[in-house]
Amino acid sequence: MAEIRIKNLHKAFGDFIAVRDSSFTVANGEFFVMLGPSGCGKTTTLRMIAGLELPTSGQIMLGSEDVTFYRAAKRDIAFVFQLFALYPHMNVRQNIAYPLKSEGVSRAQIKDRVEETARLLRIDDILDSPVSGLSGGDRQRVALGRAIVRRPKVFLMDEPLGALDAEFRALMCDELRGLHNRLGATTVYVTHDQIEAMSMADKIAVMNNGSIEQFGSPQEIYDRPTSTFVAEFIGSPPMNLLSFHAGLRKGRKTVKLSNSSIAVPELRESVAPSELLLGIRPEHVRFDDAARLRGRIMSTEYLGSTQIISLSTSHGPLKARLPAEIAAKTGDNVGLTLMGERLSIFDRATGRAVQTALYETVPHA
Amino acid sequence: MIGGSKTAHSIVEPTPLAKRVSGVIIVIYALITMVPLAWIFATGFKTPSDSISYPPKILFEPSLEGYVNLFTTRTRQTPEYMATLPPPTTWYDELVRSRKMVIAGPSKFGERFTNSIIIGFGSTFLSVFLGTLAAYGFSRFKVPLKDDLLFFILSTRMMPPIAVAIPIFLMYRNLGLSDTHLGMILLYTAVNISLAVWLLKGFMDEIPREYEEAAMIDGYTRLQAFRKVVLPQAMTGIASTAIFCLIFAWNEYAFALLLTSGTAQTAPPFIPTIIGEGGLDWPAVAAGATIFLIPVLVFTILLRKHLLRGITFGAVRK
Amino acid sequence: MPEVRLENIAKSYGSTQAVGDLNFTVGDGELVVLLGPTGAGKTTTLRLVAGIEKLDAGSIHIGGQDMSTAPPAARNVAFVFQQYSLYPNLNVYDNMAFPLRSPVLRWNESDIRARVEQIAGLLKITDKLQNRATHLSGGEMQRVAIGRALVRDPAIFLMDEPLSSLDAKLRTDLRLELKRIQEDLGATILYVTHDQTEAMTMANRIGVIEAGRLVQLGNPREIYQTPNTIYVATRLGHPAINLLPIAAVSDGQLAHGGAPGGTKTLGVRTEHIVIKKVKGRRKSHGVVERVNRLGDQNHLHVTLGEATEIITLVPPDTELNVGDRVAVRITDPIWFDPSGNRIASRGC
Repeated sequence: MAEIRIKNLHKAFGDFIAVRDSSFTVANGEFFVMLGPSGCGKTTTLRMIAGLELPTSGQIMLGSEDVTFYRAAKRDIAFVFQLFALYPHMNVRQNIAYPLKSEGVSRAQIKDRVEETARLLRIDDILDSPVSGLSGGDRQRVALGRAIVRRPKVFLMDEPLGALDAEFRALMCDELRGLHNRLGATTVYVTHDQIEAMSMADKIAVMNNGSIEQFGSPQEIYDRPTSTFVAEFIGSPPMNLLSFHAGLRKGRKTVKLSNSSIAVPELRESVAPSELLLGIRPEHVRFDDAARLRGRIMSTEYLGSTQIISLSTSHGPLKARLPAEIAAKTGDNVGLTLMGERLSIFDRATGRAVQTALYETVPHA
Repeated sequence: MIGGSKTAHSIVEPTPLAKRVSGVIIVIYALITMVPLAWIFATGFKTPSDSISYPPKILFEPSLEGYVNLFTTRTRQTPEYMATLPPPTTWYDELVRSRKMVIAGPSKFGERFTNSIIIGFGSTFLSVFLGTLAAYGFSRFKVPLKDDLLFFILSTRMMPPIAVAIPIFLMYRNLGLSDTHLGMILLYTAVNISLAVWLLKGFMDEIPREYEEAAMIDGYTRLQAFRKVVLPQAMTGIASTAIFCLIFAWNEYAFALLLTSGTAQTAPPFIPTIIGEGGLDWPAVAAGATIFLIPVLVFTILLRKHLLRGITFGAVRK
Repeated sequence: MPEVRLENIAKSYGSTQAVGDLNFTVGDGELVVLLGPTGAGKTTTLRLVAGIEKLDAGSIHIGGQDMSTAPPAARNVAFVFQQYSLYPNLNVYDNMAFPLRSPVLRWNESDIRARVEQIAGLLKITDKLQNRATHLSGGEMQRVAIGRALVRDPAIFLMDEPLSSLDAKLRTDLRLELKRIQEDLGATILYVTHDQTEAMTMANRIGVIEAGRLVQLGNPREIYQTPNTIYVATRLGHPAINLLPIAAVSDGQLAHGGAPGGTKTLGVRTEHIVIKKVKGRRKSHGVVERVNRLGDQNHLHVTLGEATEIITLVPPDTELNVGDRVAVRITDPIWFDPSGNRIASRGC
């Protein structure tokens, strides 16, 4: 049982607050991703869980044990760094066996555990080769092997794929997730890459300026961002934000942009007249010549099955993802419809999402 | 809830207590290692009789006699002759006369010290200059038998100086290089160049070759690219290599004793030969040693920020 | 006309051939992308054009002149490296001015200032000009590296995965910007990448490289829609093209009739697949295995028959669920023969 409970965790370096009063729980066996731009506090949080850094205040529970002030070695965890150093004078087998040797495990047991680990990682065929000749991917697998072989309660990973090139990163994402499915160990993973987060996580915490902006499943965070920060951080291209001015009464189901009335999920709160933003994902935009909301095509990017069309509207720029066969010429003026049930509304000043029927299941941060 | 102080500090960063404890240990260690240095420094300011008194004097009346003796030669005169002299015009005249002697002229220390500077810095410059070019070549180009050559270069350092001293002595005598500045510069360069090439090759290997390639595509020749792009980045390595080379050339004793006697003699074989009345003039020797320390100290302090990186060369990646 | 022509160029390192018999021309103002996996010989090709590697065979003509043996400085090319390209001892301004101060150009300082400031404005790094090169973020560093190439007016820009060390978001932004600048300046660019999105969105033409050889050269649509071989087909498309053995597909599933003779494999892209939920006792072809929601894309995994899996895009509002039985119809697939070459489809 290795549930991680973080309570009011706070960390200050002098005047700088790295982590601001965070609380969250990582369930046993969960793949948990902390996602955010550099300097948002995700790595500091991870290092506090690892015991490489002590919190200013707050509590870290590993299972039923309070480990807040334990030394790193006393917490049953494995840490995978971005730059994985392998011992160059040892072969793959010796590298993987190394953590066990220092724990005084018997030879026969070491052999069994190393071979089992190698099978899990599908590197059993290179066990006796020297590490110097290995490809980047195999080196990464050996480094993971060294973390896995100890069978810790928790894996902590600090951008382990950051040093790999993009092509290989996608492959390792699949592999890491597959490995997690086989091992079932609680994993906390830190990254700034939303694609890594979306494709691997059970739960994501989006962090910004030391605070958790939103906590939820990838789909929840993608479909129902609770702030403009999350809306713009997730998605490629990110969520479009069209600006408009309105006061909205609770229970309304439309908003007015230019002269067109656009259906939105039913409002669950009233909004005083103010500057608002209408959030729409690129794939929820459709072309419709009859529509009153108009846009001018600025550029198109052909991606094979789909294309990304950049438009300019009287409410700001807009990107649409549409099937590649739809004709779109730069300079054309087109009508746009937006998929009403998928829209979000944000307060421009605070960045907070307005409560609507779509957000009913999402707890506000 | 288990222990640990409730302070906000990284565990990989030492706590204030640990910092203080290690600070105290470092200071104690430094004090111990500085005892011989302090002893030499103090002896320089003792009188000859204080310097050989037993038990040694910790507290004594400071005197500049050692320094005066270091820089002068003196003769003992009869009191009758002394009385005929005009009164002393300088403090050091006075000091010498109080010992019933007069200054006959300057000593050879100034010359020997200058020799040390010429030979030490000259050979350091030459070793680093040649070493930089050779290291760049070994690092960047396909040199036939590269590994063997590098080993061969290093092998010059494997022999103790005394083993090659006689052949070098004979060779230098025939070439007319004995007791010349050029001869000593060449000799120290020959010994130091292996160190320079090996140290600097490590640094050159760490500089990505993309930098020169980019410069060459941008319209520079290889030599220009080397000067504008590689050299500035290798400065750390060059500086620390220079320190190591200088320390060797500055302190070298065996070859200097054997191959120099007059014109090109360096300070190390000269200093211990300073004879006073009734044996070695310890305060003068100590004064010479103290002055002799200064140039290396200044040079090392000037290049200090490069030195640590130099000592751990290759081990620390950016 | 500064066009760059590569004729039968070849390069080996020891017994491994990095580039073999490569032929193509980059036209004036054109952006050609060389696409291929690591080790395919893309970078070697760029280095040969730049002159930092020596040709074993063949010739390279730049602007009509034979430059096969010319030193790099004489070739009038600019190179953007994947990383390590800024001189750490110089600030941003001096880094960008560096090529203009070379003995080949030797501009006067006031012209240099004007040019550097113009390019810095184009790349939105004007406020960073006095920064030290080592005190920049990854994205800024790469902008400066591109800027250092742009200050010159070379016959061709050679770019070696200039965006691959950046994170996804920056990559997207810089990709668009680079394309815009290329069009504004009318620059000729030979661009190397393994990222299919960069290739698709930036290239006028894509050259697909496999083991040092050019397997296909054409505009992105041609390469995507009519790949010459299975290898080329798998280079482009996200999700990747589905390769189905002919035996796994029944004639009834093919919307436009059976496969031409000699077909062994069908290449089926997501837009060639129509999936409908089957209710009751009607005949189905497969079962929905899982729906992988990647945020901006939703991948539907369907098992056909025993073991063949197909992956296709579904709209975000799909009603398909795991375990649903589905009918799978295939329109306009790409036919491949046993050796992996495309068979021209009839009537097209």
